[in-house]
Amino acid sequence: MNLLEVTNLHASIEEDGTEILKGIDLVIRPGEVHALMGPNGSGKSTLAHVLSGRPGYLVTQGSVRFDGMDLLAMPAEMRARAGIFLAFQYPVEIPGVSNTYFLRTAVNTVRKHRGQPELDAIDFLALLDEKAKLVQMEEALLNRSVNEGFSGGEKKRNEVLQMAVLDPKLAILDETDSGLDIDALRVAASGVNALRDGKRGMLVITHYQRLLDYIIPDFVHVLSDGKIVKSGDKNLAKELEAKGYSWIEKEPPASASAVAGVAAR
Amino acid sequence: MSDAVLDRLTRQEYPHGFVTDIDTDVIPAGLSEDVVRLISKKKGEPEWLLDWRLKAYRHWLTMEEPKWARVTYPPIDYQKIVYYAAPKSRKEGGPKSLEEVEPELLAMYEKLGVPLKEREILAGVAVDAVIDSVSVATTFKEKLASLGIIFCSFSEAVREHPDLVKKYLGSVVPSSDNFFAALNSAVFSDGSFCFVPKGVRCPMELSTYFRINQADTGQFERTLIVAEQGAVVSYLEGCTAPKRDTNQLHAAVVELVALDDAQIKYSTVQNWYPGDREGKGGIYNFVTKRGKCAGRNSRISWTQVETGSAITWKYPSCILLGDNSVGEFYSVALANNYQQADTGTKMIHIGKNTRSTIVSKGISAGHGQNTYRGGVTIMKNAENARNYSQCDSLLIGDQCGAHTFPYIEVKNSSATLEHEASTSKIGEDQLFYCRQRGLSAEDAVSLIVNGFAKRVLKELPMEFAVEAQKLLGVSLEGSVG
Repeated sequence: MNLLEVTNLHASIEEDGTEILKGIDLVIRPGEVHALMGPNGSGKSTLAHVLSGRPGYLVTQGSVRFDGMDLLAMPAEMRARAGIFLAFQYPVEIPGVSNTYFLRTAVNTVRKHRGQPELDAIDFLALLDEKAKLVQMEEALLNRSVNEGFSGGEKKRNEVLQMAVLDPKLAILDETDSGLDIDALRVAASGVNALRDGKRGMLVITHYQRLLDYIIPDFVHVLSDGKIVKSGDKNLAKELEAKGYSWIEKEPPASASAVAGVAAR
Repeated sequence: MSDAVLDRLTRQEYPHGFVTDIDTDVIPAGLSEDVVRLISKKKGEPEWLLDWRLKAYRHWLTMEEPKWARVTYPPIDYQKIVYYAAPKSRKEGGPKSLEEVEPELLAMYEKLGVPLKEREILAGVAVDAVIDSVSVATTFKEKLASLGIIFCSFSEAVREHPDLVKKYLGSVVPSSDNFFAALNSAVFSDGSFCFVPKGVRCPMELSTYFRINQADTGQFERTLIVAEQGAVVSYLEGCTAPKRDTNQLHAAVVELVALDDAQIKYSTVQNWYPGDREGKGGIYNFVTKRGKCAGRNSRISWTQVETGSAITWKYPSCILLGDNSVGEFYSVALANNYQQADTGTKMIHIGKNTRSTIVSKGISAGHGQNTYRGGVTIMKNAENARNYSQCDSLLIGDQCGAHTFPYIEVKNSSATLEHEASTSKIGEDQLFYCRQRGLSAEDAVSLIVNGFAKRVLKELPMEFAVEAQKLLGVSLEGSVG
């Protein structure tokens, strides 16, 4: 069964009606890592937000099925509990709430939803400890308030840690590489790679090819003006890097529809 | 968030809104010298206390209700209030021990989550339970008495320890202090009294649980806590009331006295009925609380979590008279729906090297209006006085308001004062972040608010901190819009 099936998805900004997504088709099967690239303003983050249920967008056409469910009918928290995880481009600070407490609350909410017993403090700390090692997260950060005073790299690593602990079926990484130096990027990427287990699907959104040197995708899609205009394997990313996004934007529309066929397999 | 969610959530009921059917001794509504005399007579008080009441009453007649607070309410008709209501006890002179307390009353406290019996055994907290105008039960008395600690109802203190009461009553809040304090002094019916003798560290939390049950009654209790040289005591009060369409007045007075090296920690979890979603009903909580650090190196610490009441008018303060004395005020005040809170503190530095800390966290939601009003006064002889103030406001939604009025008066140039303030809003970003991790919107708000209030909540005794956290969550349900 397909994990995620996006069909002809159109979405606009609720406030002013501007259409951002103009017919997205995308299929992700369990275990696949898809990279979504595209110039600024092409709709990459909007797709991440619409899939995860962020308020402020209006879906005007199309459908999204996730794990057999009608994803668009579910509120954000139900999508999260069902197994959709979004690693934020700009993780939010929550003063006064410890990172550990926040994560434990989240984990137990999700476990409760899945009919699993809640983890007590000791079991949870053991799990956290194991996952923290995976993403090389210092213990001190776990006891600080959520993202408060974290560096850019620490925030992104914290997102990967949350992903590891919450164990989602589909992880959407929204520009996890933005604002990271090369060392921080490596750490974050190795965390993500450790979570590739042949079952989990991933949608890695990035502006630059360099992240894909570390997280090798199975498929690469290029988004332009709200549509996937080209799909291919990891070599497409390299080609893009060499030729620039203008190369895609100049392509005649005919090839775009051919590509859509590939993506919708 | 959609209106449907908002609507569903705001139907959350006030869980303590029930009325207990108990046989009650109620005097007719209205206030006069005769009523003051009647209350005093019903309580079998000595002449000096009646005189004290009458003096307060006569002074009250000359006073005007204060209008400077940032709250609005229709005029209060003081002749329509019942000034005395007491559950009828089958025993003369009130119950002597828990075994003699009427089962209906025990059941009521049980329902409120204050099981007098169980708490006595399990939690090691001594409780004085005050319903309407009188104290109905005090636990752990014997154990405390063996250490020389007196913890009893105010009426009993008047009977058994008149010299102590006479010495300290009105010594911090004079009967002429303000309109509501004067009213309280005239008609106060009961409350708690606590005396910790020299050198004794009270081994358990002391607490009073206030409950208004009877309709149209005012509750006017007095609490007096005295810690002698080197004594240490931690005290907590909780309050609830039934749901009624009419407003009820609660005008209490609390006086604290700390002698040399003594420490008093006074915590409040105030959850009087706040009124309904349209702002109908609810308690007017007009309270005067003040502590006097009379001795050197003494310390008085106020911690309050104010989630209830239609209107709160309350400024727990410290008079820092003794050299090196310390005053602290930690407050979380929440105003949801149509609640109004005007609360804060006064720190009056008189002695040398006196220090004070103010941490105020105001949360406004719905149409709630939250005002911090605080005064820091450094008197002429207060060499090297220090104050640190922090006032933070959190707004939820766009119909509510937060207001801050810090007053500072410095008459000694060696003083150091710091003031920090911030206003923030629970943003869509924070909410969505939490929801994306699986938390419901309500849980997310509760989490964010508790994080905001953490600095204050951690000052509460452990078990009450947990209660207070839950209370903040419940009081805010339905505020996400």
